[in-house]
Amino acid sequence: MTTNAGTDRAAATRGVARGAFVRSLGLVAAVAVLAAVCVLSVMIGAKSIPAGDVLRALLGGEGTHDHSVIWDLRIPRTLVGVVAGAALGVCGALIQAYTRNPLADPGILGVNAGAGIAITTAVAFFGLTSPAGYVWFAFVGAAVVTVLVYLVGSAGPGQATPEKLTLAGVALAAVLGGISQMITLRDPNLFAGMLSWSVGSIGGRSLSLLGSIAPFIGVGLLIALLVARPLNALALGDDLGRSLGARTGPTRTLTIVAVTLLAGGATALAGPIAFVGLMVPHAARWFTGPDQRWIIPYSAVGAAILLLVSDIIGRVILPSGELRVGLVTAFVGGPVLIALARRRTASGL
Amino acid sequence: MSVDLGRPVAVWRPRPRTSLRVDRRAVAVGLVLLAIVCVLAVVSLAYGTYQLSLGEVVGALTGNGDRRAHTLVVEWRLPRLLFAIGCGIALALAGSIFQSLTRNPLGSPDVIGLDAGSYAGAVIVTLVIGSTAYTDIALGSLVGGLLTAALVYVLAYRRGAQGFRLIIVGIAVAAMLSSFNAYVMMREDPQTAMIVAAWGAGSLASLGYSQLVPFSIALVALLPLAALLARPLAQLELGDDAARSQGVHAERVRLGATILGVAFASLVSAAAGPIAFVALVAPQIAHRLARTAGPSPVVSALTGAALLVSADVVAQHLAVATGLVTVTLGGLYFIWLLIREYRRS
Repeated sequence: MTTNAGTDRAAATRGVARGAFVRSLGLVAAVAVLAAVCVLSVMIGAKSIPAGDVLRALLGGEGTHDHSVIWDLRIPRTLVGVVAGAALGVCGALIQAYTRNPLADPGILGVNAGAGIAITTAVAFFGLTSPAGYVWFAFVGAAVVTVLVYLVGSAGPGQATPEKLTLAGVALAAVLGGISQMITLRDPNLFAGMLSWSVGSIGGRSLSLLGSIAPFIGVGLLIALLVARPLNALALGDDLGRSLGARTGPTRTLTIVAVTLLAGGATALAGPIAFVGLMVPHAARWFTGPDQRWIIPYSAVGAAILLLVSDIIGRVILPSGELRVGLVTAFVGGPVLIALARRRTASGL
Repeated sequence: MSVDLGRPVAVWRPRPRTSLRVDRRAVAVGLVLLAIVCVLAVVSLAYGTYQLSLGEVVGALTGNGDRRAHTLVVEWRLPRLLFAIGCGIALALAGSIFQSLTRNPLGSPDVIGLDAGSYAGAVIVTLVIGSTAYTDIALGSLVGGLLTAALVYVLAYRRGAQGFRLIIVGIAVAAMLSSFNAYVMMREDPQTAMIVAAWGAGSLASLGYSQLVPFSIALVALLPLAALLARPLAQLELGDDAARSQGVHAERVRLGATILGVAFASLVSAAAGPIAFVALVAPQIAHRLARTAGPSPVVSALTGAALLVSADVVAQHLAVATGLVTVTLGGLYFIWLLIREYRRS
C-alpha cells in the first residue's frame, strides 16, 4: 500500500495513546466535548439563545418563542448531526478496515451512487422534492446497489475479497454516476436540486424522520461493535486471521450489512456528506493505534463532533443557512488531516 | 540458456549481447487493441449526421475526395478522433503511473487533487471571473490542476514524499476544493452552473486543429519520458529498499513520475475537461487483458485509446458529453471483466 511499507508498518503498531487507561480517558473527554458541542449547537444560530433558556426549554418551560425554535429546529438538527455523524464515522472505519485501503470511504460500495440515482429518479420522474419524500428512495437505492456490488464482487467460487469489492464498487458507482449525470444535465432545475442534495445538509429534518431512520443506524452500530475484534484479526491477512480464530466469511458479510445500514441511513438522512467517513477514522487511528475496538467508538464520537462543529460554523458564517454542513466539513477536517499526515508516525492500516 | 517465466515469452536477439524479451500475450492483446482503435476510427470518421462510405473516407484522407467529404472528414471529424486517441493514451499513462506510484488500484491523478484543482480553476474562470471562452477555461484548469498538485506534493513532503502521505494530503486538499466548487456553483443560477458541470464531465465536441497542434506536440514530447521512467517505476513497486539496491534513486524517480503523471492528466483536462475515470480503469482493464504481473504502460495506453474512441462514437450519437459515456461504458465493461475474472479464479 505504502511506498515505505516496512517503516510504516512498524509505526502503525502504535498510536499516540498507548495504554487502555489513556484511551478510555480520551474517549470520556471526547464524549464530554460532544455534549458541549451539542449544547452549543442548540444555542447558536440565526437567533442565539442563552444557555439558561435552552435548559429551561429542555426542562419543559413552554410557551416562549425560543421553545419552538429549540424543539422544532435546533434539537432535530443537532440530533440528526449526532446520528448521521456517528454513522458516517463508524462506517468509514469499518470500510477502511475491511478493504485495507486508506482511500476507501463509505461511498465505495456504491451507497452514494445508489442513493443518488434513486433520488434523481424520484425527483425527475415522480416529482418528489422534500427529504421526507425521497428518504426511502435514497435508502432503498443505497441498499440495492450495495447488494449489487456485493454480488459482482462475490461472483464465482471464491469469496468476496476486499479488492474485488472495492473495484466492483468503484466501477458500479461510476456507471450509475454517469447515468445520473446524463439525466440531470438535461434539466437545469433538476441539476440545481441534485447539486444541492449532493452537498449534504442536516437542517430541515423532522424528529419523526430521524425516528424512522435511527433504528437502522442503531443496528448498524451494534454490528460494528461486534465485528471489531474479528476485523483486527483479519487485518493481518485472511490466512493469519483465520489461524487466529476469526471466521472470515461471517465477519465479511456482517461488515457489509453494517456498512449498508450505516451509510444508507446517513445518506438518506443527510445526503452524501463527503469526507467525514474518510477522514475521521484516519484521525482516530493516529490516536488509538490500529485496534478496531478503539477506532470504532472514537470514530463515532469524533465524526459526530466534526459534523456538528462544521454545521455550527456554517450557521455562524452565513446565518441564512446557505453554507451547508457538507461544504464546511472539509474545511474543518482537512487541515487537521494534513497536520496529522505530516507527523512522523503516520499510522497505516 | 532459457529462463522459465511461467508464460509464453518471445526473445529477440539481434546481436549476441542484446536481447529483447516480449510477453506474447501482451503483444497479442496490444495488436488486437490497435485493430479495434483502427476500426473504430474509420467508424467515427464515416458515421455522423451525414454518413459517408468507406471509399469516401479513404478518398478524403488521401486527398482525392470531393469538397463535402473533405470538410466532414478532415476538418471536422479527424481532429476529434485524434483527440480521443491522444486523450485516451495520456489518461491511461497518467493512471498507470499513479497506480504504480501509490501501489493502489484506486490510484489516479485524482489522488493528488488534480481533478478537483482543474475543476476549481475552471469554476473560478467561468463563475468568479466570468469568462466562458475556451482558452480561458483551459488555461484556468491547467493552472488550477498544476497548483493543486504542487501544493499537495509540498504539503506531503517530509524527507521524501511517501505514497501514503501523498494519498492522505491529496484526500484533504481535494475535499476542500470540491467543497469550494460546490459552494460557488450553488450560488450561481443553474444555467451557468450547468455549463461548468458539462465541461467538468469532459467533452471532445468543440475541439479543432488549433487545440490539436499544441496538444499533440506536448503529448509526443512526454511519451519518451514515460518510456524512460517505466522500468525504475516498476522497480520502485518492490519497495524503496529493493529498488535502491538496484541502483534506483527512489525519491528522484517518484518526483519525476509525479510530474509526468500530472503533466499527462492536465494536458487532457486543459483540452477536454477532467475525464477522470479513464485514468483509473484503463490500467486495470489492461492488466486483466494482458494478465501481466506488473504495470504494462503500452497496453494501458492502447486500452485508454480504444475506450475513449469507442465512448466518443457513442457520445456523438447520443449527443451527450464524452466523459459521461466513457464512465458508463468503461464501467460496464470493467464490471463484466471483473465478473469473468472472479468466475475463473
